[in-house]
Order: sequence, then C-alpha cells, then structure tokens
Amino acid sequence: MVNKLVTDTAEMLEEKTASRKAVVHSTAYPEQAIGSPFVKNPKMSMRNVDVFYGEKQAIFNVNVDIGQNEVIAMIGPSGCGKSTFLRSINRMNDTVDSCRVKGELTLDGEDIYSAKMDPVALRARVGMVFQKPNPFPKSIYDNVSYGPRLHGLASRRAELDEIVEMSLHRAGLWEEVKDRLDQPGTGLSGGQQQRLCIARAIAISPEVILMDEPCSALDPIATAKIEELIAELSENYTIAIVTHSMQQAARVSHRTAYFHLGHLVEVNDTEKVFTAPEHELTEAYITGRFG
Amino acid sequence: MDKLNLDQHISRQFNEDLEEIKTSMLEMGGLVEMQVGDAIRALEDADSGLAEKVIEVESRIDEMEMDIDETCTTLIARRQPAASDLRLVTAVSKAIRDLERIGDEAQKIAKMAIHLAEEGVAPRGYTEVRHIGNCVRKMLNDSLDAFSRFDAEAAIATMKDDRQVDMDYKSALREMITYMMEDPRSISRSMNILWALRSLERIGDHAKNICEHVVYLVQGRDIRHRKLDGDS
Repeated sequence: MVNKLVTDTAEMLEEKTASRKAVVHSTAYPEQAIGSPFVKNPKMSMRNVDVFYGEKQAIFNVNVDIGQNEVIAMIGPSGCGKSTFLRSINRMNDTVDSCRVKGELTLDGEDIYSAKMDPVALRARVGMVFQKPNPFPKSIYDNVSYGPRLHGLASRRAELDEIVEMSLHRAGLWEEVKDRLDQPGTGLSGGQQQRLCIARAIAISPEVILMDEPCSALDPIATAKIEELIAELSENYTIAIVTHSMQQAARVSHRTAYFHLGHLVEVNDTEKVFTAPEHELTEAYITGRFG
Repeated sequence: MDKLNLDQHISRQFNEDLEEIKTSMLEMGGLVEMQVGDAIRALEDADSGLAEKVIEVESRIDEMEMDIDETCTTLIARRQPAASDLRLVTAVSKAIRDLERIGDEAQKIAKMAIHLAEEGVAPRGYTEVRHIGNCVRKMLNDSLDAFSRFDAEAAIATMKDDRQVDMDYKSALREMITYMMEDPRSISRSMNILWALRSLERIGDHAKNICEHVVYLVQGRDIRHRKLDGDS
C-alpha cells in the first residue's frame, strides 16, 4: 500500500515537472504581465495603458488591477516607469504638459480620463503621499483641515476638529502632536512630517492612497512606523506604493508588480515574488543581479 | 551549467558567500558519503578499527554542520537573500541537517560493527547489508550530484530509488526474523545486523529529503509530504 503510494507520487511529480515549470527562464518581455495581474474585485483597473513624454514612450501597454483594500507594491530599477504609472492613476501627470496617457483607467468602473471626471475630485478619491514630506507652511491643524475645508466636508468647527483628530489618530500622530496643533507642521521631524502628510491625505476620506517612495527620506524607526501604518490603513483604504526598497515591498504589500523599462513584467503575490518569481527579469532584479 | 547564475550578482562578495555555502555543503556531503562507505565496510569485515575511525570523524561532521549553519544565518542577516538566493540558503540549511543525520546513522552502523567484532559475526544478513548499502550510497551520491548541478529531474529520479530501498529493507527484515525464530541463539548478533539495516533505510530517507530540497531550490516548489496531502 505504502509502496503503491510512493510510486504514484513519484509518477505524479514527474508529470507535474514536465507540464509546469515554476521558474520561467526567459529575459524577453512577456506580452502580458505574467503571474496574476487581475483580481476578482478590482478597485481600479488599468487596460492597455501607454504613457508618453512628448515623442518618448515611457509606459508600454500595461494591464493590471488594483484590488479593494489591497496593498500593491510597484518595484523596478530607476527609470522603469513605476512612478510615471502611479502618477497616471490619479491624473497627476495632467500637470506635465508633454505627458500623454492612452488606454483605459477606471476607478470603480468609472473612466478617470473621461471629460466628465473632475481631476480635483478624482484626487480627493485617489490621494497621494510623496517621497519627501511636503507639509504646507501652516500649522499642524491647518495642514490636516485644509483638504476637508476645500472640499466642504465639514460645516462646523466641531466637525472639522473631529476630522483632524481622527485623521491624526489614523496616521498614528495624534499622541505626539495633540498639545501643539497650532504649531507649524514644518517643525516636526521627518518621520512625523510624513505621517502628517498621510493624515492630510486621509482627512478627505480617499478611497485609494498612492505612495511614491514614502519612506526613502526617513530613518528605519520612522520607516517602521509608516509601514505599520500602511498595514492598518489597508483595512479601510486601497494602497499602491512605489518603493526602491525591496524589503519594504516584501514587508508591506499583498501583491508586487515588477516594472522594467516601461513594461510590466510580472505581478504576483508578494510571497511568491520574493521566494520563487516566475520571470527571469524579476528574479535578476530582486536578487541584485543587474544594475 | 549553473542555471541559478550564482556568479552574476552586482556584489562580488555576495557571489562568493553563496558559492561558499554551496561548496562547504558539498564538501560535508563528500565526507558523509565516505563515512557511510566506511561504516558498511567495517560491518562487513567486522573491522573495529575502521569503525572507531567512523565514530571519530562524526564529530568533524557535527562541526561542519554548525559552521555552515552559522554562515547561512549570517548571510541572511547581512544580505537578505531573495528568490533563488533565498531558496539556495534554505535548501543548504536543510540539506546539512539531513547530512548530519546520515552521519549519525553511519555512526550507529559503526557501533554495530564494533558489537559484532566483539560478539562474533552474525550468521546471516550480510548480503542484504551489502545490497541495501550499495543502493543508499548511490542514492546519496546521486542526490549530492543533483544538488551540485541544480538538476531537479535527476533529483526526482533519485527519489524514486527510495521505494526500492524500502521494499528491500522490508524483505530483509522478514528474512532476519524468520532466521531468528529458527535459531534463537543468534538473536543478539542478528539484532546488530537489523539495526544496521534500519540505519541504512534511514539514510535512504535522508537522501530522498535532499532531493526534495533540490527540487525546491531549482523550481521553487515544495514537494514534501505530497503523498499525504494529495495534489495541490
């Protein structure tokens, strides 16, 4: 009986090996990102996305979904287009004259590049946190309340107070600043400033938060706090994070997307990407095999 | 044919570190292979001198295991290996545990050889020891070969050999029991052979484990305990 099982297993393994190679050895760009770029419940969907700066094409035919309450990390060498792609999904690229975005990008099924879509309203739903903390030269309170005021989210002062407190709480900053809300935001430490920016982003109740290397200017402790925050925020928000730190991608994200010279090469569960990536280029990048 | 491109990291030191753990593991494997061969020969020839040597060398194997283990831990701490590099470190770290156990089994066989040298040779069982011994030595050799060449196909082929070893072990067991019932005076000496056979069978199991680590290393698939889990 046991021997029979052993034989069967060995045969089964042999068949599996022949039919399915877990590791793909190819350095060519795949026509479609390999792995699992699509999800069942997409918050945002990007189809056939090309981005150009003038004549130069920066993004080539990218197809990917961002799932509800998912943290997706985008990694890749400098100039691979991950930031360009991130900035396309809340129309931050509109501010760059030479930049053109083609393809279909939707948020809850709505085309975000349609004439009906107001970019300011879109950016309220899809917030952004930048590489360098950039608080307004105003008080901590005003930094957080600026957005809600602008979008008319609060009619009374008490409501505004509540939004400010809740946002600072969620950003893990409340305890540190509650006694000095009237002091300038620029007087905080780098890590605190970045959490202030996150509080500012979530004050207007966005649905998606885009983070463009949010920790690259921070020390390890401040980085750990932001990463902890990302895990907590993913309960309520959908998060896309661009990072140069592969360990950070491995720590915070559910799925990881690998970009290479404007092509989306592989999207897979983070665990898979960091233990057994499917594409040779992904493998080469995350193991530090090319520059 | 180095499919994992161990020598292509931007950091040359990283290349060297990874090469080093692989080389040390194979070196340890070579020593363990020798131990198994010596232990079997000591048993066959009732050569207690050779058996003593096997027991002595065993401590060297334990040291190698600890050294390589420490190098692996340091490498993880300093380099945070990912993907195939991570799988290499994991596979080496698991394989050295299996090698160390094989070393232990060789030591047990050597102890049985000493008993037999003192009590007089057993009436039967040497043919079986020789046969199963040759099978598991080949398995061990093939599994280390598959590791050094990162050859998952060869590893899977070697895993299949364990089935034959298990069958041969069972039939040897039956034969020894029959003989012991016929001649109860030989029980004590026959038991020594039985324990040695048991150790050989275990060595086959560990060689099979090493093959599983090779498949994980090359293909990123964990194929352990498949017969219990069914397919996935």
